[in-house]
Amino acid sequence: MPQVAHPAFLVLGAYATYLLAGYGVDPVLAGLLLTPVFFVFGLGVYQFYYSTFEGRGSDQGLRGIAFFFGVAFIVQVGLILAFGVDQRLVDASYIGTSVEIGEMRIPKRMLVAFGVALALTGSLALYLSRTFTGRAIKAVAQDEGALRLMGANPVRIKRWAFGIATATCALAGALLIIIGPVDPNLDRLYIGRTFCVVVLAGLGSMSGTLVAGLILGIAESIVLTSAGTAWAPAVAFGILLVVLGVRPAGLFGR
Amino acid sequence: MKRFLLGSSGVLALAASMPLVFQNEYFFFAGYVVLQLIVLATAWNILGGYAGYVNFGSGAFFAVGAYTAVALYKAFALPLGLQILAGAAAAGLLGFGVGMLTLRLRGIFFSIATIAVAIVLETVVLNWHYVGGAKGLPTLRPTETPFFASHTVYLFFVMAVIAVIAVGAARYVETSWIGRGLRAIRDNEGAAECSGVPTLKLKLGAATLSGALMGAAGAPYAQYLSFIEPTSAFSLNHAVNALAMPIIGGMGHWIGPVIGAVLLGTVQQVVTVTISSEINVLVVGVLLVVFVVAAPEGILGLFRRFFPRKK
Amino acid sequence: MKIRNLFAAALAALSFAAVAQQPIKIGMSMPQTGALGGGGKAALLALQMWVEDVNAKGGLLGRKLQFIAYDDQTNPALVPGIYTKLLDVDKVDLLIAPYGTNVTAPIMPLVKQRDLLLMGNFSFDVNAQIKHDKWFNNAPWGAGALAWGGPFLDAGQKLGAKTIAIMAADAEFAQNLCTGARAIAKAKGLQFVYDQNYPPNSVDFSSIIRAVRAAKPDLVFICSYPAESAAIVRAVNELGVGPTVQMIGGGMVGLQFAPIMEALGPMLNGFVNYNSWVPEKTMANPAVTEFLKRYSVRAKAEKVDPLGYYLPPFNYAIGQMLEQAVTATKSIDSKVLAAYLHKTEMKTMVGNIRFDTVGEWSTPRVPQAQFRGIKGKDIEQFREAGKQVIIGPAALKTGDIIAPFDKARN
Repeated sequence: MPQVAHPAFLVLGAYATYLLAGYGVDPVLAGLLLTPVFFVFGLGVYQFYYSTFEGRGSDQGLRGIAFFFGVAFIVQVGLILAFGVDQRLVDASYIGTSVEIGEMRIPKRMLVAFGVALALTGSLALYLSRTFTGRAIKAVAQDEGALRLMGANPVRIKRWAFGIATATCALAGALLIIIGPVDPNLDRLYIGRTFCVVVLAGLGSMSGTLVAGLILGIAESIVLTSAGTAWAPAVAFGILLVVLGVRPAGLFGR
Repeated sequence: MKRFLLGSSGVLALAASMPLVFQNEYFFFAGYVVLQLIVLATAWNILGGYAGYVNFGSGAFFAVGAYTAVALYKAFALPLGLQILAGAAAAGLLGFGVGMLTLRLRGIFFSIATIAVAIVLETVVLNWHYVGGAKGLPTLRPTETPFFASHTVYLFFVMAVIAVIAVGAARYVETSWIGRGLRAIRDNEGAAECSGVPTLKLKLGAATLSGALMGAAGAPYAQYLSFIEPTSAFSLNHAVNALAMPIIGGMGHWIGPVIGAVLLGTVQQVVTVTISSEINVLVVGVLLVVFVVAAPEGILGLFRRFFPRKK
Repeated sequence: MKIRNLFAAALAALSFAAVAQQPIKIGMSMPQTGALGGGGKAALLALQMWVEDVNAKGGLLGRKLQFIAYDDQTNPALVPGIYTKLLDVDKVDLLIAPYGTNVTAPIMPLVKQRDLLLMGNFSFDVNAQIKHDKWFNNAPWGAGALAWGGPFLDAGQKLGAKTIAIMAADAEFAQNLCTGARAIAKAKGLQFVYDQNYPPNSVDFSSIIRAVRAAKPDLVFICSYPAESAAIVRAVNELGVGPTVQMIGGGMVGLQFAPIMEALGPMLNGFVNYNSWVPEKTMANPAVTEFLKRYSVRAKAEKVDPLGYYLPPFNYAIGQMLEQAVTATKSIDSKVLAAYLHKTEMKTMVGNIRFDTVGEWSTPRVPQAQFRGIKGKDIEQFREAGKQVIIGPAALKTGDIIAPFDKARN
């Protein structure tokens, strides 16, 4: 499915967290509270997408991409209209302090974000490999027809998957705003990062995603620390282009 | 063909006579943008509408044209005509490269790759200090423009010429065997290949032409704003406009992108003056989604539905 | 027939009166959102106050003032379009530049081409290359980076600093300033151990601060824009810059804005940064104090920067300069006004100003002040003297620098 609006939902999640944090809710908790809302939102978006494109079978390639691109753009401009182009940030006890280990100082916000992200990825991986629905989600990507033969409704499975993916955006958005300030134009950068990680990992590989994420993160911070600080934005997209050109199946793809 | 030639020379004559009717410089300042959108939309449609490859990186082609022109102007003080040719050539080359990507990538992966190309190039320009890098470069316009009331009017006319050439090229592609081949690729690339359509050659040609036209649209940009900086040259708005206008106008026919661009471009200019520049980009996004959902064939499709041709 | 003539005459008289009564239009774009939005809104309020004050006195040359300001979102690409619109659609008579270097640079070719008067607004060295003879900047730093970077590096030299790290935003302002600072540092024989530009709108500075720390510099000179300045102060607090650093700061825009000062609070302690006006006794000025009293009432109501030290007095001064020039020359013609501004001493509440050939202050005045003893996040504490101690230049100095940086934080 041509879901290019995903990073825009991520930034939307960050702003929703910002709103809740304004009432004194802890950002991580806010992210958790938002997941059901985003889940339902995701179900709705998919349902709409299905009934207008997939269901009709109307040239879904080009128009589907254009649809999600348009949605992403509306989210971005909507955020600009609602919040302005200013950066927003949240406050919490673990933001702005750090843990000292000898000469090294590690910011607590990073530890929190790292922990939550790891837990989230872990539980998603478990869900996808252990539960029936989870396995069905993996299957629908490979062979829709076969799934239908086995008595599962691929549309329902896809809708469910889309809901979960969108729900993840809420929590990931919360992490995003914990790590640093957020502005509405951020999603463009994350289109690159998201797709870079996914493509580098090979579509559908959960463990690959972790490794790919690590590779990208390390590569970006090496560039930031070294001589070419100003080149950092190109790292994700550069890797993405090389992988797409050389090994479209990704490092861990089958 | 004769009718088209007659029509386009009529358009050019009209553009040339505009200064007699409109005294306000701002009219040309805004009109230039509409013409530029016509070029971008028409160029996008050659690859996107006919061949079905969705390009999200129109901003990159536009900016490559713009920066090629600026660099050459700074180095050799090339006149505008040569700047445009050089900008088109450079962007065409980039188009050729992107065309090579279609060898391995289709659908969404191709689209993502075009965004990647745009951002990598933007970072390159950010670090290219000769043309101002991230801080941008003010460019002085020539103080005298013979035959024209002002430089803005001159640029308006230049862009009108580029627009006519772009639409003419798109019309040629559409009505010739090239267009039939591209449409075959869009509908089923495998089948097209099997039935002897030279798919790679056609795709490369379409990508190169599309890129070159976008580059030509970008080349006068720095003179138009008397300033250039990467963020606006590579702006996502170029990509959204280039994609939304053909979809809204109708992708099947060369006049579709022109209708979309004229309509949306004018609305945008009016909204910018009367309300705000943020609302104007929102208008494009919303209309894009509405049309994709409700009127997949665009304005042309609606027109055909309500006024079917008599047989 | 007669009646018709009479009617025509009346109409002509009416329209003549209408022309005479037409307001003088003053136009500008101002960053009201985006990187410089916080400062821009405060500056805009001061200009509005000036317009209201003039109109309350009956206007200029018997004509009321009409003020037109658009938001440029701190986006340089929007600015040429806005100024073209101001000139061709709104038909403004007088132009004021937007606050900031990045957003002013794009309109310099435009005003030069059309040969118009442009009142500068806290931009830095923006006229250095174009040399427009109708440009007059309200900012106190003068041409070149000497007045700005000098006091910081002088103090560093006195502390025996040998090495320097420079980090700069890849943007017009920061590049102009850092190029100047580099030249001064080189002349002082300082060794560069870190010298990097970071991409504009960077959010996370952890990696960069780690790299600076690893370079073990004595001085850290930073040229940054508001959001980045705040992020840098935060990163320095989290990660530390190491015990070698004697002084850090210099050219950080944004640490003068009340909302950012409030958000950072005690994290600011020890930073040495440039300013335009701080409530120290060497800068005391009754006109500014009176203005700030009026300003802060309005600012609270409109929810903009409640202190208003940095930009508002100088923006009001733009108005005062226009007022003086228009009244004295009885003209709103760019040529006449520019000639007057070049040859006359301008009397404003921020001081008497004479302009040099490129339209900058001929006697610059940039205090470098060190944040000290800031406790909690109460904004009112910044109104007291002693919270931003001026360490240079000598004429304004109110205290010695506390160094090294780690010591100044306690």
